[in-house]
Amino acid sequence: MTKRDDPKNSEKQKKEEKTRALGRRDFVKLVGSTTAAISAGVLGSAGVLTEEASASVASAEGIIGPGAVPIVLRINGEKKSLTVEPRVTLLDALRDRLDLTGAKKVCDRGTCGACTVIVNNKAVYSCTTLAIDVAENIGSGADIRTIESLAPEGQLHPVSAAFVDNDAQQCGFCTPGFVMACKAYLDQHPHPTYEEVQHALGGNLCRCGTYMGVRHATVEAANKMRRGA
Amino acid sequence: MADYHWPEAGKRSLIGKRISRLDGPWKASGRVKYSYDVQLPGLLQGKMLCAPYAKATIKSIDTSAAEKMPGVKAVDVIWAAGKEVLWSGQEIAAVAAETEEQARDAVRAIRVEYEPLPHFVSDVEPEKAGADNSKQTAEQTQGDPDAGFKSADVTHEGHYGVPVITHCCLESHGQVTAWDGDHLTVYASTQSVTANVDGFATGLGIPAASVKILTPVMGGGFGSKFPVDTWGLSCARMAKKAGRPVKMMLERDQELMIAGARPSMHARVKIGAKKDGTITAWSSDSWGTGGIRAGGAPTLPYVFRIPVSRTRHTAVLTNIGPIRAWRAPNHPQMAVITMAALDDTAAKLGMDPVQFFLKNIDLTGKLAPVYSAELAKGAELIDWKKKWHPRGDKTPGPIKRGVGVSMHTWGGGGHASNCATTVRPDGSVDVSLASQDLGTGTRTVIAIVAAETLGLPLEAIKVNIGDSSYPPSGGSGGSTTVGGVSSSTRRAATNALNELLEKIAPSLGAKADDLEAVGGRIQVKGNPAKALAWKQACAKLGATPITGQGQTTADIISSGVGGVQMAEVSVDVETGVVKMEKMVAVQDCGLIMDLKTAESQVYGAMIMGVCYALYEEKIMDQQTGRCLNPDMEFYKLAGIGDIGELVVHMMTGAGYDERGPIGLGEPPTVSPGAVISNAVANAIGVRVPELPLTPERVLAALEKGGTA
Repeated sequence: MTKRDDPKNSEKQKKEEKTRALGRRDFVKLVGSTTAAISAGVLGSAGVLTEEASASVASAEGIIGPGAVPIVLRINGEKKSLTVEPRVTLLDALRDRLDLTGAKKVCDRGTCGACTVIVNNKAVYSCTTLAIDVAENIGSGADIRTIESLAPEGQLHPVSAAFVDNDAQQCGFCTPGFVMACKAYLDQHPHPTYEEVQHALGGNLCRCGTYMGVRHATVEAANKMRRGA
Repeated sequence: MADYHWPEAGKRSLIGKRISRLDGPWKASGRVKYSYDVQLPGLLQGKMLCAPYAKATIKSIDTSAAEKMPGVKAVDVIWAAGKEVLWSGQEIAAVAAETEEQARDAVRAIRVEYEPLPHFVSDVEPEKAGADNSKQTAEQTQGDPDAGFKSADVTHEGHYGVPVITHCCLESHGQVTAWDGDHLTVYASTQSVTANVDGFATGLGIPAASVKILTPVMGGGFGSKFPVDTWGLSCARMAKKAGRPVKMMLERDQELMIAGARPSMHARVKIGAKKDGTITAWSSDSWGTGGIRAGGAPTLPYVFRIPVSRTRHTAVLTNIGPIRAWRAPNHPQMAVITMAALDDTAAKLGMDPVQFFLKNIDLTGKLAPVYSAELAKGAELIDWKKKWHPRGDKTPGPIKRGVGVSMHTWGGGGHASNCATTVRPDGSVDVSLASQDLGTGTRTVIAIVAAETLGLPLEAIKVNIGDSSYPPSGGSGGSTTVGGVSSSTRRAATNALNELLEKIAPSLGAKADDLEAVGGRIQVKGNPAKALAWKQACAKLGATPITGQGQTTADIISSGVGGVQMAEVSVDVETGVVKMEKMVAVQDCGLIMDLKTAESQVYGAMIMGVCYALYEEKIMDQQTGRCLNPDMEFYKLAGIGDIGELVVHMMTGAGYDERGPIGLGEPPTVSPGAVISNAVANAIGVRVPELPLTPERVLAALEKGGTA
């Protein structure tokens, strides 16, 4: 699939690495010297493989977790305080704790893009981002934007409007992720071609098959955004 | 008085126009709440434990440790000790806890002792599966096949097949259940709001009147979301136990393992034909697996009713997990087997497959003129005459191009639907039915029908669906929804209008029979000067609204469509990678209600087709009996860059419109596997017998008998 060799993904990974309070190398070092451990793809009691974001992460001051810790997230320009276990993903924090359900949980392992939010102006899979990593008090203090921030209730951002006009949605479950990936891309690339759009949105999957509408919507939204609509 | 028949071509203000879906803004703004998004005060999170064995007896289940885990409020055993597990991933028990993380931890603390039993998960021919794992379900002979093959100038024999795939709905199966005393409200991600009432009532042993189903929107079903399922009932039981609402949506691996699959179908086919292309006989020996039960047999050959034939089908019984209806059940598989075998026969005859299809078009029955017209249109849109070449692209270099064609059919008709259209004295109109919109545009179609009938703009209509307290309406399956809801809404709105016309006729000094509703007015037919604005007319109702009732009737809808698709691909014979270049769909569906969402249905079906033609396969591990790819990395779907250029042409106008609406969900999803397989064969000169057409399979086919 195109998403696999999509430069957006590697950019995204770099970005995610940068946003972490703790560099990956430091983290690995810590794993060796402390009780912190990372486990992915753990075998559940039933023996059925389940994917868990169950990493314990250490701060410079010491170990955080495994119990719940208070964090402050800067979401849509507002500071939100909540208490979560370190293993809680940004997606679950948004959806389960803050009732920001525009970002959807679909693959839950960084494949489909339904959970896309914008972190420091870049499209990020919130299902593979730990909430504590982007927190103000113990993480990178990132600027997190969800689809709910694009326009006041009852109004549509030009990208959303273009998705409506071009029928770039059917069941709509992938749509918020597409809208956010599209918005993040157009903010940086205001003159996309169809080819570039396919590359830029290669990290988002739709099951109903709305890609034709998405192609048209993205180009139409680019035109509108350039005109300042 | 208005009658129920659809307005003529010149008199349609909304029907057949390009109209944006009404729920588009809710979805594209991310604000609409799917079942997965519902938050209620005190909501608990449910998670299920699924069996690790494909076949086993449950010896014991111990939930005591799980019950004591932090945050746990309820534990429910779904499949008790002593029962048999028949596929891996089968639902065993569930936990409701304060957070998802706690629920997952608690699920892991449930101790289950299994006695593993020998399983069988191989999608192989009956001879290899053995008598214990196979069951012949049909055998039929028509005419004299031996004589038919004897009279043939050319016979072709081939093997074709399609593996088991899954639905992979993006919103996984599940629901939120909330009790208020003895009354249960379910926020269900379902294709069948009305029938889910009975599903929960029966499953829980409570009166149907105590159950309410809410599905304002839902994130994809494709045939897999009809029943309330074990997890629905378990969720409700846990909510009762905990005294708090519970959300339980399947995890992605569970969704892919247990929430639906499309059966496989494979066949050995033999076709006889005369030199001029006339088909003389068909024989097929087909098999496939749909899990532990033998499903129905396919109808082979597909579309072409070859009168001299011998067919046999055997079900292979496996512990792979349950099948569910998958968009156009059986048709995509039958299309691959038939259209690929016919295409190979044409190649053997040295004929262009379009000419071969046309030569035998009478075998398609009463749709023959439709298919002929569609073949001509498709050929024009893809430039078939220029692009088709005999088997094997002889162009130098590793990239080979080819084109393929396929035809398909589907029924349609209308499910049982009841609609209530209420016109209020303030002029507002609401249209209520306990239907659902799967993303197909049902909500928008209902508004179009009501607005057209009442001569009002779309915005004047409030559509109430996705709530079981409205009049009962059928489940959305088999492309029966547009027929059902269009018919019931048209009748309900017409009945309401006629009552209104009777009431206001005296004030216009006319008979109700002489009045019409157009352009937001009630007027004497053809005389806008003698009119009342809609609001003025409704004001004359005094204090009493009018409600018109309507039920599905067959007189204004139809069944039976034909479609033709053509595809152009390029294949790299060094890597085996197939690339979609272009795909054309020519489709009829009677009277189109909303051209925009109708086209979207076809585009979507073609893209789903690219997915199953090139990427999708539920892969089972023989050793452990488990699904090896229950995730979206290795259960592959096409991305936006994988689909090439798509062209949709809807057959409309005279000969089509007068049939009334016919559902469109299934038909265009039938042919893509066949057209893409045929295009690849045309490109590389050999048939890749089994879908999906992965690089591995393409290279294997080239190795075996490549002429490219």
